[in-house]
Amino acid sequence: MSLYVDIHKKLGAFSLDISFDTDREVRGILGASGCGKSMTLKCIAGIVKPDEGRIVLNDRVLFDSEKKIDLTPQQRRVGYLFQNYALFPGMTVEQNIGIGIRGAAAGQKKQKTVEMLETFDLTDLAKRYPGQLSGGQQQRVALARILAYEPEVLMLDEPFSALDTFLKEQMHFEVQKMLKVYTGDVLMVTHSRDEVYRFCDSVVIMDRGRTVEQGEMKELFAHPKTITTAKLSGCKNFSAAEKRGDHLVYAKDWNVLLQSTAVVPDAVQMVGIRAHEFVPEKTRPETNGFHLRVYDVSEGPFEVSVRMTAEGNDPEDDRRLIWWKTDSEAWKGRFRENMPEYFRAAPEAVMPLTD
Amino acid sequence: MDLSPILISMKTACTAIFFTFFLGLLVALITVRLKSEKIKMVLDGILTLPMVLPPTVAGFFLLFIFGQKRPVGIFLNSIGIKIVFNWTATVIAAVVIAFPLMYRSARGAFEQVDENLIFAGRTLGMSEWEIFWRVIMPEALPGVLSGGILAFARGLGEFGATAMIAGNIAGKTRTLPLAIYSAVAGGNMEEAYGYVAILVVFSFVIVVLMNVFANGRRKGRKHG
Repeated sequence: MSLYVDIHKKLGAFSLDISFDTDREVRGILGASGCGKSMTLKCIAGIVKPDEGRIVLNDRVLFDSEKKIDLTPQQRRVGYLFQNYALFPGMTVEQNIGIGIRGAAAGQKKQKTVEMLETFDLTDLAKRYPGQLSGGQQQRVALARILAYEPEVLMLDEPFSALDTFLKEQMHFEVQKMLKVYTGDVLMVTHSRDEVYRFCDSVVIMDRGRTVEQGEMKELFAHPKTITTAKLSGCKNFSAAEKRGDHLVYAKDWNVLLQSTAVVPDAVQMVGIRAHEFVPEKTRPETNGFHLRVYDVSEGPFEVSVRMTAEGNDPEDDRRLIWWKTDSEAWKGRFRENMPEYFRAAPEAVMPLTD
Repeated sequence: MDLSPILISMKTACTAIFFTFFLGLLVALITVRLKSEKIKMVLDGILTLPMVLPPTVAGFFLLFIFGQKRPVGIFLNSIGIKIVFNWTATVIAAVVIAFPLMYRSARGAFEQVDENLIFAGRTLGMSEWEIFWRVIMPEALPGVLSGGILAFARGLGEFGATAMIAGNIAGKTRTLPLAIYSAVAGGNMEEAYGYVAILVVFSFVIVVLMNVFANGRRKGRKHG
């Protein structure tokens, strides 16, 4: 069970240039909208033809520009969950699920459909049309339809983007359940680090049509090497940076010299620190200390975001603010009345980044 | 009241819509599938022309093609088909004038089908044929049918091009619109009222039927 992808495609000013391979895992493709994630899936599915490259699924060549191999989508056996689910409006739930069951005798088709209806808790809705279903039900039908087709790779294109928060969290469990049952490779395209974190073993980070970084998800999120990865993994604080030693970096926007456990590359451009990583201190810390003043506060139900100005910066300059996040209990109990002036970021939390 | 215009009109409109419908559908399908945007635009322009030109100009072109002294006309005459000033001409005029309505409606209906449905069909292993009949056609059908109904109504009301190529021969090529014109020109208002009433009622019923059909279908989808 493996998928190898190495494709190039030019579309006007945009060019897609991506390569990765997966091996029996759930792989996320994470990137901002418009970075070419969906285009990549469409190339793999055979909906869009790459200009050059090679796509191999389980030792089956799906596309090879040199050997002039280009299988039709029908021959590729890839499952594609579309953002809007693409259920056939004129067919019932049952018919939608049955449509992908190929080659089997009629009796087996019926049996398989019934099985899928039960697995996805859709038996009562079998005779309904997609237009009569809620978003969550539609997604279950779409998942059932794909699994009934028994694809060799499952591709989910922003699977939760069409759902509201409540349903989204419910569907997280449904999809998790399904991913446990499914034994092939899974590709999940998303712009949400939260979804990548929940579902994926490994991740490809994309930016403007290119692969920026790839690897094991937890490792990549913990130690991002590029600005794109750091941003996509949720880091809020970035400062222009200058190398001052193998483990020393100067944060120009915050006017502080920082120690980092990571080796500072010569090409360092930015330094990033996550909003959670700032620790309040009573006195000025000796290393990695910040002297900050509150700019504004946004209180959420469980978490509070505080934006602060670094010492030496114009207090009205809102481009170089530092975000600090703390849970609302601590905020209400200690910090709201007694805002700390000094903060420290551990050397482990200082991430030197390149472009 | 002479009933022959009613019969001629119905016969013309029914025969014409048969050709208009399938021709429009076919051409719409071909244009939708064209890859080159430029060819698409030029072709669309030519195909829409009969709708935007004055019908007399369209009729003029038809005469130019089918006239008895033109190559096509001579050829058809030699194999025994007479067009100009014959009933066949009323059909040709109605087809040419109503064609753009059919073609444009059908094309719009096909273009509105969600691309993802087609892609989904392909990735689920459905053949292109199956996708066309089970996904695209059911989705496009309301638009295609309403285009057909509009084209029928337009064919029924055709006047200018018909007058040019088929003339106004009572009992032969005099359709309802021409009969109304002749009646009014001859000061025979009573007869004109009758024809007008028939045409108005008939056209109205067609449009209402179209709406009923479109609504019924939509409701069936959502709640039925």
